Amino acid sequence: MRKVVRIASWLYALAVYAFIFLPVVVLVLFSLQATSFPIPPFTGPSLRWYDAVLSDTRLTSALVNSLLVASISSLAAVTLGFLCAWGFARFVLPGSGLLRGLITLPLTVSYLIIGMGLLVLFNWAGVPKSLLAAGIGHVVINLPLCFAIIYSQMGNHQINIERAARDLGAPEWKVLLLITVPVMAPAIFAGFFLSMTFSWDEFVISFLLTRFGTTLPVEIWNLLRSGLNPKTNAVGSLVFAVSIVLVVLFELTLLRRRKA
Amino acid sequence: MSSSANKGRALPRAGSALPRAALPWALVTPALGWTLLFFVLPFIAMGFSSLTAHEGGAFTASNYSQFFTNPSYWQAMVNSLQVTAIVTVISVLLAYPFAWILAEQVPERWQRLALMLAVLPFWTSYVVRSYSWLLVLAQNGVVNRALTSSGLFAEPVQLANTRFATVTGFVHFFVMLLTLTIFANLKQLSPSYRKAAADLGAGPVRTFLHVVLPLTLPGIMVGAFLTFVLCIGDYITPQILGGNNELLMPQLVMMQIGRRGDFPLASALSIILMAVVTIAYLACARWLKIERA
Repeated sequence: MRKVVRIASWLYALAVYAFIFLPVVVLVLFSLQATSFPIPPFTGPSLRWYDAVLSDTRLTSALVNSLLVASISSLAAVTLGFLCAWGFARFVLPGSGLLRGLITLPLTVSYLIIGMGLLVLFNWAGVPKSLLAAGIGHVVINLPLCFAIIYSQMGNHQINIERAARDLGAPEWKVLLLITVPVMAPAIFAGFFLSMTFSWDEFVISFLLTRFGTTLPVEIWNLLRSGLNPKTNAVGSLVFAVSIVLVVLFELTLLRRRKA
Repeated sequence: MSSSANKGRALPRAGSALPRAALPWALVTPALGWTLLFFVLPFIAMGFSSLTAHEGGAFTASNYSQFFTNPSYWQAMVNSLQVTAIVTVISVLLAYPFAWILAEQVPERWQRLALMLAVLPFWTSYVVRSYSWLLVLAQNGVVNRALTSSGLFAEPVQLANTRFATVTGFVHFFVMLLTLTIFANLKQLSPSYRKAAADLGAGPVRTFLHVVLPLTLPGIMVGAFLTFVLCIGDYITPQILGGNNELLMPQLVMMQIGRRGDFPLASALSIILMAVVTIAYLACARWLKIERA
């Protein structure tokens, strides 16, 4: 009986892994296709479509735009989220529960609706479509996330270290920069990392709020109009590789921290 | 603001450059201001917009009444609810045994790696993931090639641009998400529950059905609700994989903006979509008690 469960478990797990990895394997395999259709039979391997991606200035500038928007908006989100979390965790504020609820409210609303709202508002206020507008939207979706992560990690035990610093005469900004930020570094890093990945991958807000210079997911979307194309496979594989590197780096940093 | 700021009593007592009462507000105001300006205000703007006519901008409720009178709009909501329900049920049924195997059958030291592998494609671009499924399900793609060459089907089957494709793409994403949440849930379960059940004479099946499953049910409900919310609001997967054969609500919303520039109608449809999510939340709120650890 035990053995039967074991074998069935292995078979089931293998089937689910196969389902999970099937599209990724097909994507990467046919990015190496030598002919112009990413469908069987496989004619590669060839790197011609990677060449095509790297010499396409629309894609490379979209990549730069994506990195720019992701890093700046994540920095803004994590800064605002951290200051806010510190304020709520260390001080008794009137209506604190309600205000914290307000800060985390955007987490419950879909990106499409957040993007729609900003589009209507910006349209009405005469703000033109731009990367800045998309970046503002990315801060809206990532700020509650950063706040929730950092706030949940602000325990009471850290208060004592801050108190000690104050007793030794440190002004408030010094306590913040030299004590609280280093102590909270793992949570701050986690918030920043998650914001980066969400912003890097975000499509619908950027789609609604940018026009010409746009982000990579929107540019990939534009490529899809030409149907199945190994070039799309190549750029998708590159995006996949970047994400894997980020996740592995994140895991390694976390592991090292845990061991230290 | 100044009167309420006085109530902002500081816990730590020490010298500071800023006046005591102002500091906490200085910390929380930027984030609150951002949320009010770029989340609450847009929402109010959308509300106003939804009550105006596309031509002329006069006050009207017609954008809302259209939803109830135009059968194709109504149908988009029905489609959305059906697809979301199917996706949620299939994803939970697939992910639970998988998470259970990872948590119970895989040796402890390989678990982290096994889980990381299981959710690796989760971190890749959402648009790219949908496109990859299009490759797999295309008329002459991998699946059809396998079906025809194995002799099961003489002709390629229409898989892409169908509801089947949309559901497959969604299930792929949500199986990974639910595996993560259910795995965490199973690991949090103290082993002493299982030992107690075994001591009282329950076999593995009985222990699972009467102890493990009920104790992980709240976690499943939270995961299923998350699936519902993310699925019903997603535009990418149905647009890439389902095509325009049948429209879901997010596609209908985007269509109003893209083709017709009809912001008022798009706003009204968005608000209706949000109302449905809120109703769903209220309906299962009592199963969604997220307890703090």
